[in-house]
Amino acid sequence: MAEAHAEAVHAHQAPTGFIRKYIFSVDHKVIGKQYYFLALFSVFIGIILSVLMRLHLVWQNIHIPLLGTLSPAGAPGGAMTPEYYLSLMTLHGTIMIFFVLTTAPQAGFGNYALPIQIGAEDMAFPRLNMLSFWVTFLGLMVLLSTFFVGDGPPISGWTSYAPLSAVGSAAGPGEGVGQTLWVISIALFCVGSLLGALNFIATTLDLRARGMSLARMPLTVWAWLITAVLALLSFAVLFGACVLLVLDREGGTSFFIPANLIVSDRIIKEHSGGSPLLWQHLFWFFGHPEVYIAIIPGMGITSHVLSTFSRKPIFGYRAMVAAMMSIGFLGFMVWGHHMFVSGMSPYSAFAFSIMTMAIGVPSAIKTFNWLGTLWGGRLRLTTAMLFAIGFVSLFVTGGLSGLFLAQPPVDVPLHAGYFVVAHFHMVMGVAAIFGMFAGTFFWFPKMFGRMMNETLGKIHFWITFVGVYCIFMPMHFIGVEGNVRRYSQFTEVIFLKHLIPVHTFMSIAAFVTAGAQLIFFINLFWSLFKGPKASENPWEATSLEWSIPSPPPFDNFAGKHPVVYHGPYEFGVPDAPQDYVMQTSPEVVKAG
Amino acid sequence: MKTGWSAGFLTGGNWPAMRTSPPRGANMGFAIALVLVLITAISVYIFAGHVWWFPVDISTHGAAIDHQFNLTLLLTGVVFVLAQLGLGFFVWKYRDRQDGRKVVYSHGNNKLEATWTTAASILFIGLNLMGYLIWANMHFTGPAPGALRVEVWGQQFAYNFHYPGPDGQFGPTHVEKMNDAIGNPLGLDRDHDASAKDDFVAATLAVPVNREIELVLRSKDVGHSFFVRELRVQQDIVPGMEIPIHFTTTDEALKHNDGRYEIVCTQLCGLGHYKMRAFLQVMTEADFAKWQQQQEAEAQSQ
Repeated sequence: MAEAHAEAVHAHQAPTGFIRKYIFSVDHKVIGKQYYFLALFSVFIGIILSVLMRLHLVWQNIHIPLLGTLSPAGAPGGAMTPEYYLSLMTLHGTIMIFFVLTTAPQAGFGNYALPIQIGAEDMAFPRLNMLSFWVTFLGLMVLLSTFFVGDGPPISGWTSYAPLSAVGSAAGPGEGVGQTLWVISIALFCVGSLLGALNFIATTLDLRARGMSLARMPLTVWAWLITAVLALLSFAVLFGACVLLVLDREGGTSFFIPANLIVSDRIIKEHSGGSPLLWQHLFWFFGHPEVYIAIIPGMGITSHVLSTFSRKPIFGYRAMVAAMMSIGFLGFMVWGHHMFVSGMSPYSAFAFSIMTMAIGVPSAIKTFNWLGTLWGGRLRLTTAMLFAIGFVSLFVTGGLSGLFLAQPPVDVPLHAGYFVVAHFHMVMGVAAIFGMFAGTFFWFPKMFGRMMNETLGKIHFWITFVGVYCIFMPMHFIGVEGNVRRYSQFTEVIFLKHLIPVHTFMSIAAFVTAGAQLIFFINLFWSLFKGPKASENPWEATSLEWSIPSPPPFDNFAGKHPVVYHGPYEFGVPDAPQDYVMQTSPEVVKAG
Repeated sequence: MKTGWSAGFLTGGNWPAMRTSPPRGANMGFAIALVLVLITAISVYIFAGHVWWFPVDISTHGAAIDHQFNLTLLLTGVVFVLAQLGLGFFVWKYRDRQDGRKVVYSHGNNKLEATWTTAASILFIGLNLMGYLIWANMHFTGPAPGALRVEVWGQQFAYNFHYPGPDGQFGPTHVEKMNDAIGNPLGLDRDHDASAKDDFVAATLAVPVNREIELVLRSKDVGHSFFVRELRVQQDIVPGMEIPIHFTTTDEALKHNDGRYEIVCTQLCGLGHYKMRAFLQVMTEADFAKWQQQQEAEAQSQ
């Protein structure tokens, strides 16, 4: 029996000093919260940037005095310049993709819940874990510093295509020190993510409790494990690409810069022989798996929450795991679909295209299985559940538009337009964020020992759900009409002018939706201090984190070693005394 | 202070405590279904009604692209409607009504999994294969002999169009001679390069209708792109590379807009990206010959 080991001496004792407890903590729960709040801070900045962008797109003459004080060069007198729009866009994309979508679902929730869900007392390498967080934190600080040094943040977008990003300040404002800091920030982020990925993989493989076979792991754990493998393989490549780009910029090399360029009337004599496409290949070799790094944890959370609040086992557990694995595997063979019109060999488009369409298959399996989970259930429509349902809707919408862009000939008129912006915001942006909201409402009681307010949560859900459809659905329509992306205004090109009213509609929808996020922030911070106390298992859920107090003790299981008897989704078991059977519950369950 | 289920719901208290008064989940389930129906209906209406749509197609290959788009729209449209309405229906139908109903205790169904996996594979891969011929025709066969060749040069934030003149040979471009201010943006050396003598550089891309055009895309500085909506042509311009594309316009091109269509940059190229554009001017063969002579004469007189 496991209880025999209950007296085993615990590996590390709870620290008592403030700094070791809350700042340089090695406790996965504290680190998970640190990542979560880092992402929360980042998403706050990212939303403000997007509001400023949507303002500039439709009202170029608007004056925001505070912005003029903050960025005298980018917004003289408070009026944003066209190039400042590009700076905001670059930072919006970078912050959201790296410091929000990669950080909260994986590093935040993963750090917090993964060790508990597999019955471990901490991550495999607690000090490495602490290092991962602080390197990531440093990366964010370096990125934000671009607002205050030189001539502002870079203007080359989150993709930072060379040679625009490689030839230095001649290419435009922000392309001096701002761009160098951007590359350093991303390289730091890569290091943090690599270390984190190692830790996740080792922890999942080595530290599972007795009885926690792979096939009994919650789908959240599978999602974090698969995401960690993706992160390990893809961030390594991006790190290399960042090193090469820094060398091109500061070390006189020419990995990405070809000969005979003439930028701002100056012939670039010191570089020759580089390939701009090399950067694109390296970047997208990371960039496409990154999409799945952002969304797969959301898939795991959605599966977990849908099953819990449907009071039903997940439909097709093994198919769900297989689907996530194939999405991850195929995800490494599709990067070229970002490059159909880039000038790479048109023959390779065939391979990239068919692999991309193939990813539609496991994505469809997941959707079918989510619907299958709801079918015949008894749905408790909590806020977490609403966000999980919203995730499914947004994932369907955002996923289907991918089938257009995956076909090279259909991509031709849609490429680099708002159809693409709509596609990736729907699926890796908003759907992933809905996964984060679902995770927040679901785990908040465990993380902080208090409940969030359901009424505020539902108001926030409804405005956000309708709001994001109002923002991003019209982008498909104007994308079909040819609305190009990354334009700071639509006043110069004739065929764009009549689309400006649609942009005005989307901007207003964006302001309302952004405003509604304040409801979430208020709910979160109010509940932190004033929320009603949470019981051990307020949702009547089955996984291991709900078998320990809220919040859990320092070493999670109070020195005991939990033993796992069941799969993670034993809800509605016939003949069971209640409608759920905990994974740690020794009672016998008839196989379903 | 409310008590029982309702209070538990508002405060997010424990579920067992919430089961004493009538469920509020009914309204929430209906609301989800209603909103999903509305989102689906509005989206389908706007796409099917072509409220916003592609502009007129003026190329010989464009119709095939439009057809493939429509086919994809049909397939994804059906999946979209079924999935969204199915989701809405399930949420409404299976909401917790506190009636003690037992859930369907099922871990899945392998036959169903196999069915939808096979169906999705056939649909998605089949759709993809149908589009391959279009791509092959655009890229795998070069232009026919006799196609008009023009070099398209991108730079921050303008296009230049380099015509080879009667000899059909592009004069070499010299980076050290490139100078926008003196009217030699591409660095042609008419005094020393024989093939450059009859070349001319225009700010508008003029092409004769119904004739195959081969463009060679080149950049002076950073990445740019060449996008003409009506041509259904989009191709990045990459510094250090010479990227060929070819197309043929149809009579349709002369029927709209006096044959004038905007060329825009779609690859982020710096602060003036949003205003980097030029015009494609489609002309009759006779008008084009006249225009070409004029341009040649102007170039010689410089």
